[in-house]
Amino acid sequence: MADTIRFELVSPERLLMSEDVAQVDVPGAEGDFGVLPMHAPTISTLRAGVMMVRGTDGKAREVFVRGGFAEVRPDLLTVLAEQAIPVEEIDEAVLAQEIQNAEEDLADAKDDLTREKAEHRLARMKEVVAALKAAGHG
Amino acid sequence: MASLKELRNRIASVKATQKITKAMQMVAAAKLRRAQTAAEAARPYAERMDQVLAGLAGSLAGAEGSSPLMVGNGRDDTHLLVVCTSERGLCGGFNSQIVRLVRERVARLQADGKTVKILCVGRKGYDQLRRVYGGLIIETITLREVKQLGFVNAQDIAAKVIGLFEAGEFDVCTLFYSEFQSVISQVPTALQMIPANIPEAEEAEAAKTMAAYEFEPDETEILADLLPRNIAVQVFRALLENAASEQGARMSAMDSATRNAGEMIDKLTLTYNRTRQAQITKELIEIISGAEAL
Repeated sequence: MADTIRFELVSPERLLMSEDVAQVDVPGAEGDFGVLPMHAPTISTLRAGVMMVRGTDGKAREVFVRGGFAEVRPDLLTVLAEQAIPVEEIDEAVLAQEIQNAEEDLADAKDDLTREKAEHRLARMKEVVAALKAAGHG
Repeated sequence: MASLKELRNRIASVKATQKITKAMQMVAAAKLRRAQTAAEAARPYAERMDQVLAGLAGSLAGAEGSSPLMVGNGRDDTHLLVVCTSERGLCGGFNSQIVRLVRERVARLQADGKTVKILCVGRKGYDQLRRVYGGLIIETITLREVKQLGFVNAQDIAAKVIGLFEAGEFDVCTLFYSEFQSVISQVPTALQMIPANIPEAEEAEAAKTMAAYEFEPDETEILADLLPRNIAVQVFRALLENAASEQGARMSAMDSATRNAGEMIDKLTLTYNRTRQAQITKELIEIISGAEAL
């Protein structure tokens, strides 16, 4: 039995990751699931959350993903995410600042359009924070 | 006959123009490369999406409660044409080609008694269409401030289209853009987005491979989640293709402009030299006949 699985992370703009890994934990819409080599073929939609990628060297990397789906085959895992950011690139201080900015924008919004935009932005950022918390950060 | 000074000025001005067109050509070439890379980078996502969608559509074909985005809302009265064009001119026949295709389609739909609505993406298409079909244009989206095309831009457009569809503003949606084939050839293309257009043979083929999969949540829900995303993906692809086509068209347009300027400079230089010689000859004749008269 092969002890690695090919893992591809694809965003609409480009191919972000393509490598052999030992295990990936995917935040599925109906709960997280771990993918090991020889996993049963599955297609699942994603919720916003943190994906954990464990490489062959046993080191884990975490990537925040939002929107899209994962396709699992025994030898291949493809994650199509609308947005994917490595967790180490997310700076919590910056994030907190951004949230504050968005809240201020929301308070200052004069018409429906800007208000809607600010609300949307705020909701998205809160999603990131919630996902990080759930994954045991901050 | 123009004076020597006039000729000299003409030559200088044509030379300046040639420099500009040459620079534009080189910029377009660099941008084209970037646009092509972007279009290629976006391909894996779109391909996977197509595969899975085709599979899902195949295994769900004819099932009750299919999403209207897939099968349409049963009517065919109002057509929305999403016309993607460029923001800048000086790119040869790029925009006119797309607009011509749109005009033909509008004429045909109107002859069939359908209502037509147009959503313009990009300023140039709007400029050309507003003269004839100004009343049909419901909105114009410009991407002028956008430096690097992102998926977000496509999502905005897709959200607008889906919003209009859900509000019952149209029944069929077609996307117009220019497909990039090579620097000298860009093909204006019409792509039906709503209802989704998936070839049946492909559907059946993909359905077979899909049969082995487990679905989480079930197929109908995944399909309902993926269809709106797929619209954004299609718009994104159209925008990227368009960006590459635009730069390609501009490159070849600027190439011929540079060549034409070169020819013009040659011609003007010839006239300039002839005029100069004629003038010298005339002056010589004047001097000689003056000396002879003495």
